[in-house]
Amino acid sequence: MQVLYGRHHVRVFRFGLRLVRDEQVAEDLISEVFLDVWRQAGKFEGRSAVTTWLLAITRFKALSALRRRKDVGLDEEAANAIEDTSDDPEVVVQKKDTSEALRNCLTSLSPDHREIVDLVYYHEKSVEEVAEIVGIPENTVKTRLFYARKKLAELLKAAGIERGWP
Amino acid sequence: MMAASKKMLDQEPSEIEMLLPWHAAGTLNARDARRVDEALASDPALAQQYAVIREEYAETIDLNESLGAPSARAMQKLFAAIEGEPVRKPSVSVNISARISEFFARLSPRTLAWSASLGAVALLLQAGVIGAVLVKNQGGSFQTASLILNDRSAPITRELGGSPPPRALVRFSEDARVADITALLDNYQASIVDGAKGGMFRLQFGNSAMGKNDLAALMSKLQKEKIVSLAVETP
Repeated sequence: MQVLYGRHHVRVFRFGLRLVRDEQVAEDLISEVFLDVWRQAGKFEGRSAVTTWLLAITRFKALSALRRRKDVGLDEEAANAIEDTSDDPEVVVQKKDTSEALRNCLTSLSPDHREIVDLVYYHEKSVEEVAEIVGIPENTVKTRLFYARKKLAELLKAAGIERGWP
Repeated sequence: MMAASKKMLDQEPSEIEMLLPWHAAGTLNARDARRVDEALASDPALAQQYAVIREEYAETIDLNESLGAPSARAMQKLFAAIEGEPVRKPSVSVNISARISEFFARLSPRTLAWSASLGAVALLLQAGVIGAVLVKNQGGSFQTASLILNDRSAPITRELGGSPPPRALVRFSEDARVADITALLDNYQASIVDGAKGGMFRLQFGNSAMGKNDLAALMSKLQKEKIVSLAVETP
């Protein structure tokens, strides 16, 4: 378990943190995820990569944590539908650095767009693996990422940054 | 070009267009990767969109890497919880070992390739150290080209103020050999300052700052290297 934890806890933490946006909650998530792994190791069927299994558990736990938040009171659909406005694109207008603006816009994406961007770009998950983690059909994975990228382009455009696409 | 791009967006995205992010991340199967490569070669609008995607890819990695790591509290909490769990049957622990072994067997070819490459670099370094020790012990008149501390007239200090030397996030192609990478590093007077996170290496070029135009030219030249599949300027 120590080997497994040592190898994957940072990945799990970052994925969880991007979903729940709270370091304490993300740290609690890690314990819950690996405890689940400890309890359910026998159920792991080995059809998918260990990281895919871990990220799927992390996602489930993160959404449960979001639901538990009394002050927010979100359900999964509402959590996915609401965009984070903590870093308004208009604020980004002030930032001349394209790279920084891009990062801010990546942070401003809705939770479901954020998670799919992270899974594909950072966690290097294939279409099939993302479908397994998020629990949606493969075609939906492809279109969701396309529209996440389109939304990202809109946010950047609102911030005054044109990149030649769309 | 803009019109073509716009046209693509107004319609439903094509299958190839939707696969571009996975191509940038190197997670497409060989057949799809070939299809995307062919489309990129013949469609300038698609190629432009791909350039945008590679920028997003690099920034997403940077963003995630900047999130840091959890404190030791999480680990302490986990192992305290495991301590409190009922004693497990031996078969289950065997199962975990088997699963962990299986994990290594299921690493992506790219990860495995890089692990092997890094292992090869480590072996080369080790061979170099052994060689240096042998030469020294022979008491001959050989002299290495390493820096002689006594000759240094100035103390070792990090330059304060001014701009830092240029850096880039670089992903090498899957078929890049260690010898090729070493040669590229020599040619560009570059050194690896961090990597390989998400398959990307952070390279530093030289020891002094570079003008915008020079930097753009450097990035452009680097991007054209056969063994470089992605090169993006980074702080």
